Amino acid sequence: MKTDRKCDWLDDPQNIRKVRMIFYMLLALTVLPDFFLHKHTLFYHVEAWPGFYAAGGFLSCAVIIVVSKLLGFLLKRKEDYYD
Amino acid sequence: MTEWLPPALVFFIGALFLPLIPGKARKVAIVAVPALCFWLITALEPGSGWHYQLLGRELTLLRVDRLSKAFGYVFTINAFAAFLFAAHLRSWHQHVAAMFYIGASLGAVFAGDLISLYLFWEVMAVASTFLILARRSEKAYRAGFRYVMVHLFGGLCFLAGILLHIHSTGAVGFEAFADRSLPAYLILLGFLINAAAPPFSAWLSDAYPEATVTGGIILTAYTTKTAVYTLIRGFPGWEILLVVGCVMALYGIVYAILENDMRRILAYSIINQVGFMLCGVGIGTTLALNGAVAHAFCHIIYKALLWMSAGAVLYMTGKSKCTDLGGLYKTMPFTLIFGCIGALAISSFPGFSGYTSKPMIIEAGVHEGLYWVWLVLEIASAGVFLHAGIKFPYFVFFAKDKGLRPGEAPLHMQVAMFFMAFLCLLLGFYPQPLYAILPFPVHFEAYTFEHTLNQLQLLLFSALAFFLFLPMLKRTATISLDTDWFYRKGGRLFYRWTDRVFNGLNNQADKIFMRRLPDLATRFFRSPGVHLQKLILVPYYRLQGLGTVALRQEMERIERRATEGSYPVGVGVLLAVLFLAAMSLLFFMG
Repeated sequence: MKTDRKCDWLDDPQNIRKVRMIFYMLLALTVLPDFFLHKHTLFYHVEAWPGFYAAGGFLSCAVIIVVSKLLGFLLKRKEDYYD
Repeated sequence: MTEWLPPALVFFIGALFLPLIPGKARKVAIVAVPALCFWLITALEPGSGWHYQLLGRELTLLRVDRLSKAFGYVFTINAFAAFLFAAHLRSWHQHVAAMFYIGASLGAVFAGDLISLYLFWEVMAVASTFLILARRSEKAYRAGFRYVMVHLFGGLCFLAGILLHIHSTGAVGFEAFADRSLPAYLILLGFLINAAAPPFSAWLSDAYPEATVTGGIILTAYTTKTAVYTLIRGFPGWEILLVVGCVMALYGIVYAILENDMRRILAYSIINQVGFMLCGVGIGTTLALNGAVAHAFCHIIYKALLWMSAGAVLYMTGKSKCTDLGGLYKTMPFTLIFGCIGALAISSFPGFSGYTSKPMIIEAGVHEGLYWVWLVLEIASAGVFLHAGIKFPYFVFFAKDKGLRPGEAPLHMQVAMFFMAFLCLLLGFYPQPLYAILPFPVHFEAYTFEHTLNQLQLLLFSALAFFLFLPMLKRTATISLDTDWFYRKGGRLFYRWTDRVFNGLNNQADKIFMRRLPDLATRFFRSPGVHLQKLILVPYYRLQGLGTVALRQEMERIERRATEGSYPVGVGVLLAVLFLAAMSLLFFMG
């Protein structure tokens, strides 16, 4: 509960760069085994392609973000809208 | 051992005695009651007990089977942690409301018949409202009022369904509904309102974020998960729940992304998570129902953990909007770690509790060949990581440093968070104890190399999307319109509209019947003879083709005769004779 104890490691842009590099390496690591594995499919053959779930995750989120952004133009109001 | 006290009564008795217990001892009592209750539930053996008579029917207060026990366990575990988190509260008001609320939800879970279930259902609605009102702000009062109104409406649907059901079948027992008739649909509607299914979901995202710091944590677990329990018990395999569940899973994500208030983000993610459970109920196979129960179990724990970390931030900073928060990792590192464990668990990251429960539901859908359900749930899984897994910790603890230096949360809050975080990790690595209490035998293994790899890809690339699209996700100081618009704005518009229509009608009626008509009548009856003659003779003269000048002369003649009373006698006699002739004719013919 000491307020003077604080960590500001992320204030340094170099550290952020480090984190980013580690993150990219992790991404590559998760896709890499797909090229050597025999993958099972649930519904269609496309699921066995290397990086199918990676692409799925990325695209799903991209679509969700864009759709939300567009809906935001319709739905967002100022905070005092109901007052 | 069904002759023991029903868990609900333990909480009710605790609630009644709590105000009498002084300061320090009360802190012990609030965690002792859930602990005692947990132990009682472990000792309960399958069967039923505590039968009583009401409305001429035999009702069952305690029906014990694997399903009710699983919910009983997690309800009491969560109560224990939530009360520990709330140990700093000096007044007993919130504790009493929370005890009644939790007790009623345990009562609902163990109730063996529809009438007992309904009674507990309503106690839950009322008791939980006090956890919102206890915030004592104008916003909370209004939100609490809207909250209880929606729940009373849901309760009425439920009650109407029960009455029709009893009338048509004569049975009061709460079992799976076999026929798809009106009573079953009304009961389903009542359950779905409590499960926060759109379009009846806005009560949750409207009211929970207005509750007190500790009230919010307690609210997240019970109302929606009691509804999930009742759906598992009453409506397994109803396909409509697949549709509702998929809609909820996506709906929660979109709104959570638009939202600025951190606790409202978490509120929307409850709707998203309950969507997964409803899909499990809709699939209806033993694996799916196991998945729904397991997911409810894990969800209650990690969601409470997330609300605790958000609650700790709100308690320390007094702020809950992402636009006001940021950079808190510097002074609240433990809260950050606990919050991240909750965030990873809700995202069903391998190694955390969500990963051993949610895939059960998805796999059950795959077994049934439900391609669309699988697709939506995978997309929603990616979206969960986006809105709850990263967005919540990122904007609260990292993002732009807003210069807040609140310091770490009080010790008892950290202990409560540690307890829940520990459970998240335990259930993630070693889910066997959870699988052992599920309603059906479990044949499921989450940790195959391929499945784990797929999940890691899905989640990490979702994170990539988050950081690449970060400019589009910047928080704005806004709110988003939800279905509560219809009773917040819509209600006002309706009021204004009815005001205009009905008060307009009233004014018009007043003008015509109270002023114009009496005026006319007075003028007419001042000299009725003249007006009567004019009324008949004017059209008659017009027909005869009299000019305006001649007409005016006739009018003047009528008026003069009337004022002087100088009618020619002949006409009067003629009229009298004609009248008498007509009367005698009528008389003789009759």
